[in-house]
Amino acid sequence: MSKMHVTSRINGESREFLCDPNQTLLDVLRDELGLTGTKEGCSTGDCGACSVLVDGRLVCSCLVLAAEAQDKLVETIEGIAGDELHPIQQQFLEHAALQCGICTPGFIVATKALLDKNPDPDEKTIRYWLAGNLCRCTGYDKIIRAVQDAAKDLAHPA
Amino acid sequence: MAPATVDALVATLDEHVKSGERAQVISGGTDLLVQMRSIDKTPRTIVDIKKLAETNRCEIGADEIYIGAAVSSALMNENAELRKLLPGLLEAADLIGSTQIQGRATIGGNLCNASPAGDSIPAMIAVGAVCDIASSAGQRSLPVEEFVVGVGRNALAPGEVLLGLKIPMPGARQSSAYLRFIPRTEMDIAVAGCGVDLTLDEKGVCTAARVAIGAVAPTALLVPAAADALIGTSLDDAAIHAAGEACTAAASPISDKRGTVEYRKKVVAVLARRAAAIAKQRALGA
Repeated sequence: MSKMHVTSRINGESREFLCDPNQTLLDVLRDELGLTGTKEGCSTGDCGACSVLVDGRLVCSCLVLAAEAQDKLVETIEGIAGDELHPIQQQFLEHAALQCGICTPGFIVATKALLDKNPDPDEKTIRYWLAGNLCRCTGYDKIIRAVQDAAKDLAHPA
Repeated sequence: MAPATVDALVATLDEHVKSGERAQVISGGTDLLVQMRSIDKTPRTIVDIKKLAETNRCEIGADEIYIGAAVSSALMNENAELRKLLPGLLEAADLIGSTQIQGRATIGGNLCNASPAGDSIPAMIAVGAVCDIASSAGQRSLPVEEFVVGVGRNALAPGEVLLGLKIPMPGARQSSAYLRFIPRTEMDIAVAGCGVDLTLDEKGVCTAARVAIGAVAPTALLVPAAADALIGTSLDDAAIHAAGEACTAAASPISDKRGTVEYRKKVVAVLARRAAAIAKQRALGA
């Protein structure tokens, strides 16, 4: 099978890669581009650990073919922090909203997508938005509280 | 491959039909990628339909709404006018999968995947959606209720592709609803589902109705007897009850881990009654 040549903009940088036609975006991010912050959980779109943004849209990168990323803007967990942690990351730390950490990058990317779209979501909205991100450690409450406080921080930067 | 025109798309599909090499269309990929990895690993050419103008159409015309086969559920649900015109179809699409899935999944893909439990299918049948199908021989139309021919099987012939769905513009005092039952609040597969579309006259008498049921037969079904029970009535309790009973009678479900035959037949009537009541309220503008 011949490789495909793909050019995408990933976390603000133009990146080129070669991929197999049936290779997923998740596999390319992790195995070809060294962006291992995006995690592989179920590989069937159920767990959300591989969440990334493609053209601003929250998707599971395990359900996107790498070839589909041609000319697309891809944002991953590696693009969230600046010189300092993003307020969402900071609040996940403050609330201890993680234990093993496998789900965390997906939760943070999904939370950023939510807060970019809706800066002041109520608890129900947060829970429904994050229903596609599974966490088997925390029981979710700490995550919800971290998201609520991150929304406050983003609305009123210190 | 990602053809940029319908001509190039159907030519690609034709070449594969002639050569005998397998080709499969990808839209949102939320079913296809899972199937490629686990159920059916046979190599194939993947033909992406998301570069076409036609499949990306999401247009509200004078007498027809067109939803292209590449329009994601998320995009549909961000369209306030569409939510108002087709509440039943949009609430069905909104029930399918997580935020992440809805960012990619399409109702066209849900239809082609042809699962008995596909939530958008009864909702599409209820609003009278018609498939816009292209091939090198030209375009043809097929009502959604005739498109799914069996579990996981659709009416597309080799070389054909679904470009989108054409939905008649709802009239005055016409509205729709879709309900499904699952044992939890989110992220599950329907035990039973029901889509209802109703038109009322000025006095509140039902002049037209379409009722469709899902997950209670090998394919989603249009239930004309349920519509007949509603038409000509003021949608009183007796009429709505009769429509529910017609859905139970039309259902031929299986027993599985999600529910037994008896349970599904009972639940589909409850869903039909509730969906009819919601559609009625919406049609009244309440």
